[in-house]
Amino acid sequence: MTTITVNGKPHQVDAAPSTPLLYVLRNDLKLNGAKFGCGLGQCGACTVLVDRQPVYSCVTPISVLEGRQVTTLEGLGTPDNPGPVQRAFIAEQAAQCGYCIPGMVMRAQALIEHKPRASESEIRDYMAPSLCRCGTHMRILRAIRRAMKDMRTASVEGAR
Amino acid sequence: MNIPHTRREFLAGSGALVVSFSLHGAQAQEAVPSQAAPSPAKPPAPKLPGDLSKYPKVDSWIKLAADGRATVLAGKAELGTGVKTAFIQCAAEELDLPPSAITMITADTGLTTDEGYTAGSHSMQDCGTAIRFAAADLRVTLLELAAARVGLNVSDLKTQNGAVVTPDGTRISYGELVAGLDLHRDVRAETTIKKSGSLTVIGKPMARVDIPGKLTGGESYVQDMRPDGMLHARVVRPPAYGARLASIDTAAVEKLPGVVKVIRDGSFLAVAAEREEQAILAMHLLEDAARWNDPTQLPKQSGIQDYLRSLPNSATTILDHGTIGQPGVKALRASYSRPYKSHASIGPSCAVALFDGGKLTIWSHAQGMFPLRSAVAKLLNMPPEQIRCIHTAGSGCYGHNAADDSAGDAALIARALPGRPIRLQLMREQEHGWEPFGPAMSSQVSAAVDADGKLIDWQYEVWSNTHSMRPGGAGNLLAGQLVEAAFTPDEPKPIPQPEGGGDRNAIPLYVLPNARVVSRFIPQMPIRVSALRGLGAYLNVFSIESFMDEAADAAGIDPVEFRLKHLEDARARDVVSKAAKEFGWQPNAKLPRGRGQGFAFARYKNLGAYCAVAMEVSVDRQTGIVKIGKVVAAVDSGEAVNHDGIRNQIEGAIVQSASWTTQEEVTFSEREITSRDWSGYPILRFPDMPDSIDVHVIDRPDQPFLGTGEAGQGPASAAIANAVARAAGVRVRDLPLNPARMKAAMGV
Repeated sequence: MTTITVNGKPHQVDAAPSTPLLYVLRNDLKLNGAKFGCGLGQCGACTVLVDRQPVYSCVTPISVLEGRQVTTLEGLGTPDNPGPVQRAFIAEQAAQCGYCIPGMVMRAQALIEHKPRASESEIRDYMAPSLCRCGTHMRILRAIRRAMKDMRTASVEGAR
Repeated sequence: MNIPHTRREFLAGSGALVVSFSLHGAQAQEAVPSQAAPSPAKPPAPKLPGDLSKYPKVDSWIKLAADGRATVLAGKAELGTGVKTAFIQCAAEELDLPPSAITMITADTGLTTDEGYTAGSHSMQDCGTAIRFAAADLRVTLLELAAARVGLNVSDLKTQNGAVVTPDGTRISYGELVAGLDLHRDVRAETTIKKSGSLTVIGKPMARVDIPGKLTGGESYVQDMRPDGMLHARVVRPPAYGARLASIDTAAVEKLPGVVKVIRDGSFLAVAAEREEQAILAMHLLEDAARWNDPTQLPKQSGIQDYLRSLPNSATTILDHGTIGQPGVKALRASYSRPYKSHASIGPSCAVALFDGGKLTIWSHAQGMFPLRSAVAKLLNMPPEQIRCIHTAGSGCYGHNAADDSAGDAALIARALPGRPIRLQLMREQEHGWEPFGPAMSSQVSAAVDADGKLIDWQYEVWSNTHSMRPGGAGNLLAGQLVEAAFTPDEPKPIPQPEGGGDRNAIPLYVLPNARVVSRFIPQMPIRVSALRGLGAYLNVFSIESFMDEAADAAGIDPVEFRLKHLEDARARDVVSKAAKEFGWQPNAKLPRGRGQGFAFARYKNLGAYCAVAMEVSVDRQTGIVKIGKVVAAVDSGEAVNHDGIRNQIEGAIVQSASWTTQEEVTFSEREITSRDWSGYPILRFPDMPDSIDVHVIDRPDQPFLGTGEAGQGPASAAIANAVARAAGVRVRDLPLNPARMKAAMGV
């Protein structure tokens, strides 16, 4: 048994320690957000946050996750109450097939948390590891800029 | 999750139905009454619009329930283009029903019509049009029923928000009228749709219905299905084309924890396990244990275009106009080519299949559920009626990727494990290595311009394999080729004009008094190929529109002006002018060294959407890297149902085409496909993106839908090439315009 903490909740998982996190998230915890894209850490469809850093869950064994915090797409918000990055993607209609989008959202979330005022070229460089085949990039960039603005506004208001 | 085998119930004596089961989880859809797909009826006279010509009955497209909700049935599927939302808009508009009161069901052999493949940018023309007219007819029927009930004339009544409203304001909800409703009758030929001035849903902003679920972890894809008792399966693909499984000892793998069964049939090899990682481990061990023989030798990649041209071909003259061979004052000639391109879907193809009680159900993201059913029926030697194929969204496919193959694989595995739902997903290397690629092609064009700068001679030839090896036949599924009693793939056929396959868009839309266009169809396929977004239009538009710039230069005329000089079609002229104006196109614009502007135009298939693209690029002389700056496009897709959906498609088309045009090339050795992952088959990434893309939709109210999905690829490719030619001072005619080729051309 391995214990992993996902979206704030601990889970006992009966899987081999070498099992990639992706399969545990999808099959044991029944979370759809992280997607299988390549299994090689090349495309970013499986991106989740571990201790608020983006990682490829397809090549991360659960054995290294004891005591760490895993955040998935589901941890950012719900259909009724989406998080600010999810809201921004919906507002910009930043999806075509949408299969890469959960990974995009997670990577964007990490970027905004670490660099809330990233420049356009910093955004593009940071997002470089995540692939989209439909060509939704321009909308994804717009959504990230929108989320940055919304989250800055929210934090200013929160500070008042 | 429930497997949807529940019986559907009828309300006796009415066209309505009690909604009784959920398809699956977050994708919950409502049921509809038909037990099997409606069979095509004899086409009525006069011909009804769209696919009503094949399926004229109202209830083939729409059903109304006693609660006033409508279920709309599309034989076309949502492939990630947003078409499902546009279908809802069509129905909501004509029915005067809120979009939220409409449930969409798409491509399902148990429920919907057979509209063939979701392909060719046909969904709006064929299906959207049918839904729209069926809904319009249904609205009139509801008015008639209400009029009879209240003893008034139809002209005294109106419809509003799901109800018929009488002059005194009494509302009779649609649900109240269901009892007297018979929708199993033909849409009336005199049915009219709403005029542009009165539209409240079509052409108005509506957010895509599928996006919130996709953004929040909803069960949005076939990959997300998780029915009770499901097993995970993986296949073992041969190491190379033509290799047959000589021997394998599966005993050790069968003893692995979680492994339920190893399935072998000839060279088809698969494994099912309780857990996904167990199936993957077993797959790898089977790969190690398998001994294969007799791979087919492939031609050398470096000489592939010459090799393809050396194969037998059948030539068809598809345009022969005036007298060719006019000398003009300037003559020019060029050849263009494209390599094999991969669909390269981000999610490897996946299918879920359940064989239970002699019946097979397949959930698949393939483009054609009925053709898939037909292929699987042959593969499994089952009657098609015992098989139900349900379209369930997957990762974007952009044509015939490995979706059908994975469904065939899942079917074979499911038959070996009755009662257990089987989820089969391909691995990245299998998707990239075995998908049917977009064919390599080449073209040759010569032309002459007269003293007035008019093209007075045009000769064009294009060499291509087929662009559709979709099922139908079981041999068009990879599994069909691998099983012991192997199936031969269907004989490759050219797709005839006017849509064309390899010769799609080979006939220019320009006014050419003397022109000949020859399509050379090559039946022999050394590399597995099929339909990739745009088919031959990508290379033909790249060729024609590159050559138009070369001819414009020869004539000493600005490329935009040169195009307008040869265009009579008013809508073509409009998109060209719109793109040029919004871009700020200046004849002879002076740009710094290394930068250039390019323009291109096409009307997809010469029957579909009009699209023009203008852009600026820079070419780095040291690295040979092409970087795209500002991009402006104009598109006319007929009456625009969802403007943002159209913009999204064209933006995507430009980016995807930029990736094809500047980077992509399937690679292979004489033994095997070698571009098997994202390092071997790179695509554009965020830092490579254009500075901006602005898409201008030219709405054509009251005009037929023209489709959008494939309109942008061709023009984008040539706009890049034309801008690159100006930026680099050299023209590259063989795709992709990658750094190696650019440096070689520039002599760096």
